Amino acid sequence: MDNVIRRRTPGARLSRFVVYAVLVGMALVYLMPLVIMLLTSIKPLEEIRPGTLLALPQAPTLAPWITAWGEACTGMRCEGIGGYFWNSFSIVIPAVAISTGIGALNGYVLTQWRFKGSEVFFALMLFGCFVPFQVVLLPMARTLGWLGLSSSTAGLVLVHVVFGIAFTTLFFRNFYVAVPRELVSAAKLDGAGFLRIFWRILLPVSAPIIVVSVIWQFTQIWNDFLFGVAFSAYETQPVTVALNNLVNTSTGVKKYNVNMAAAMIAALPTLIVYVLAGKYFVRGLTAGSVKG
Amino acid sequence: MATLQLKQVVKEFGDARVIKGVDLEVHDREFVVFVGPSGCGKSTLLRMIAGLESTSSGDIVIDGERINEVAPADRGLAMVFQSYALYPHMTVEDNMGFSLRLAGVAKAQRREKVLAAARILQLEPLLDRKPKALSGGQRQRVAIGRAIVRNPSIFLFDEPLSNLDAALRVKMRIELARLHDELDATMIYVTHDQIEAMTMADKIVVLQNGLVEQVGSPMELYHHPRNLFVAGFIGSPKMNFLEVRVIGAGPDGVTIELPSGATCEVPVAGEGLAAGSTLTLGIRPEHLYESEQAVVEGEIVVIERLGGETCLYLQAGDDSMTVVTDGDVAHRVHDKVSLAFEPRRAHLFDAEGDALPSLHRHPLAAMKRGENRASSSPTPDDQ
Amino acid sequence: MSSTSTAGAPRHGALRRTPSGLLQDWLPRIVVAPSLVVSLVFVYGFMLWTFVLSLTNSRMLPSYDFIGFAQYARLMENERWWVASTNLVVFGGLFVALCLFLGVVLAILLDQRIRQEGALRTIYLYPMALSFIVTGVVWKWLLNPSLGIEAMVQGWGFETFSFDWLVDPNMAIYTLVIAAVWQASGFVMALFLAGLRGVDDSILKAAQLDGASLPRIYWRVVMPCLRPVLFSAVMILAHIAIKSFDLVMALTGGGPGYATDLPATFMYTHTFSRAQIGLGSASAMLMLGGVLAILIPYLYCELRGRKHG
Repeated sequence: MDNVIRRRTPGARLSRFVVYAVLVGMALVYLMPLVIMLLTSIKPLEEIRPGTLLALPQAPTLAPWITAWGEACTGMRCEGIGGYFWNSFSIVIPAVAISTGIGALNGYVLTQWRFKGSEVFFALMLFGCFVPFQVVLLPMARTLGWLGLSSSTAGLVLVHVVFGIAFTTLFFRNFYVAVPRELVSAAKLDGAGFLRIFWRILLPVSAPIIVVSVIWQFTQIWNDFLFGVAFSAYETQPVTVALNNLVNTSTGVKKYNVNMAAAMIAALPTLIVYVLAGKYFVRGLTAGSVKG
Repeated sequence: MATLQLKQVVKEFGDARVIKGVDLEVHDREFVVFVGPSGCGKSTLLRMIAGLESTSSGDIVIDGERINEVAPADRGLAMVFQSYALYPHMTVEDNMGFSLRLAGVAKAQRREKVLAAARILQLEPLLDRKPKALSGGQRQRVAIGRAIVRNPSIFLFDEPLSNLDAALRVKMRIELARLHDELDATMIYVTHDQIEAMTMADKIVVLQNGLVEQVGSPMELYHHPRNLFVAGFIGSPKMNFLEVRVIGAGPDGVTIELPSGATCEVPVAGEGLAAGSTLTLGIRPEHLYESEQAVVEGEIVVIERLGGETCLYLQAGDDSMTVVTDGDVAHRVHDKVSLAFEPRRAHLFDAEGDALPSLHRHPLAAMKRGENRASSSPTPDDQ
Repeated sequence: MSSTSTAGAPRHGALRRTPSGLLQDWLPRIVVAPSLVVSLVFVYGFMLWTFVLSLTNSRMLPSYDFIGFAQYARLMENERWWVASTNLVVFGGLFVALCLFLGVVLAILLDQRIRQEGALRTIYLYPMALSFIVTGVVWKWLLNPSLGIEAMVQGWGFETFSFDWLVDPNMAIYTLVIAAVWQASGFVMALFLAGLRGVDDSILKAAQLDGASLPRIYWRVVMPCLRPVLFSAVMILAHIAIKSFDLVMALTGGGPGYATDLPATFMYTHTFSRAQIGLGSASAMLMLGGVLAILIPYLYCELRGRKHG
């Protein structure tokens, strides 16, 4: 699309201006909530008055952030969301690693080692991407109970792995389907077996799709609320649940600045990932989805 | 030393039979080419020999041992793929040495073998590069080098030149022929390009629809095609086919009447053919020449001047014909030309498409590519 | 490279099928087996389980007293369920339509060789990184009549300006649309932008030579090429809409009253807070039915299209 010829007429200049105006205007709209969230989070409570939404803080302070991290009340306790922040990490890291690994192996088998019924297997997995989780919520709760994993971090990791592998399998399958069959044939002739081909040939060229899988799983699991609220206890809550509790805890004056600081804290990890690696994510994701 | 036999080899994908019972004998140090149109099963057959596809029934035998169930890497073969299939994240040296590394060969020894192969292919300056920094021709040579390093008893090539441009293809063709002499190995080569088959093969195997149509030396296939398919597939431009009527058949050949009304006697075995029955006459464009005693007459529709030779495309009655003639011929489009051919150059095919056997064998029909060379080393197991 | 040494090729002695060779044959199946079992149990098994529960009179705890489809009948008579379902239609329809509109417009505009395209793209896309909970918290603040946008605009001198949808039972559902569109439209933009970049240049050149104007080229030539992207986008958006739970919980809590209930929140409330497991399960099954109603035609078209392609 880069080579569309543009004529430099006054009309074309005007339309060019309109294009930029719309794009920048929309960018401001998209940015506004983040800016307001940030501004509010560093204002002392006295500065939060009607009509001051966009005003710069007169006396900027980090106090709301400190309160949000370590002192704010989330339901019955008042220990801030710091602990829950680390809870989220201890759920996210193993769940992302395990589901990405399983997805990679599944994708490898589904493309390079097809067997009778492997297409059926893929169709069964694929459907898992679209199941509304409400359908599995109650049986899952009972099953976690039987497994002795109720309200535990391990239980949440299990849930996220189980419902994450559908997506990671899809990602890796779509990626590996484009790897020439001859590459694997050559490795077989060179004497490499199933696992060696995966480890030495496929995995080294999988960086783009690993990025996609990790980012997708990271944001999905970090941002999850439903499983968090349904399957965790106070000690194991992820940060999204804690944030919701913090905002909805109604004791005394609403500390909007603390709410905003807590929201910022909960948003930062995924925000950083998107800003730094979002380019690779979209590239890898659409490469797969356009191809089908 | 390696010989290969295929005995009634069959490949089925579900209900589809793609290889329908192939028998073949490949001798030691022979250069065998599988040729046929796309979808004829030639690549599948090669992958079955390599062990990359399972064999539904029949036996694949190397040096007298049945290897149907042997893993690809243990068959003593190496394969060069159409897409080259170089490992993109490894350097040329690592690509070539990967099989040795998997086999646990020590680093120094590995390097020695890789260097030896690189020397043969003039790859030494490229050893530290990654595949994406190489040209098509260089990648092709690395792929061949990777095969050489394995020191296989049989080399398999799956359309290795089809991703190269025309000039490079000619160059690589010559290089492969040279390699065959130098390595003295058995080679099986798959292509859809009959020119590659004609120029490189000791023995050509023509396949169609999963069946072998004919096996023979290039000259045998050219001069004695067994059926219409082989006759049309081998040779460029394609052989002309005309429908003709039998007038009589005797011990010296079959007398036919052409669409033009002219008659001639073709020296093929056809005793017992009924007068009046129809046959197909095949005559190669290069075997037609202009003559006063016209057997065929036609009007020129298109002229292609290649400099050294000229192709005339004619309309002769209801038939289209091609003639390859002298480069300096002065004809123009719409000129009428009258043509003749030597009867012993003509082929006759019956209603099933099978050739009537020629009564004269062409003197070069048994010649192999190796025998073109003046100083060829004697091939020990010459049939 | 003499023909006499074939030592490099380990052929002899490895001609029989070894146990490790057999293992190699089965390894692919062994590797995918756990995933298969997990899917069968945790997805299909649980679906069945929920269906079974929906046929019982389970309240606080699952019981297995079957009462047929009575729970579905109760659901049909439940006014709150109808509010939730209607809300889903309104919310889902507007959400998908607006996201597509904004996404396509932004993608096309961004495709005009824009300076700072990367920065703009990141700005449009970043909300997708956020949790719906964060989005809900932020928009709750922005839409708060006494402190948010309404107060700000009034502060600029427009005393009569009113923007109190968050507390208006008739309008609250649209606040969900605003927040969700803000979050997801950038993602649609990214999908379409990638699709636009993938359109063959020569098609555009040919259309230009035929004298088509730029908007016409986009409408008649480019957009039809992007049908697969449109399909994916609709699927993803519809999926987000049906599952929307977090956003409602954080932004409106389902209120005012139950004006912004969605099936997802309805199910959760009845199953976990109101001890109506049977009814909750029935509503979950109807959600699944909704997803299938979208998914099956989609997959049908996709698979048929692929066979023909």
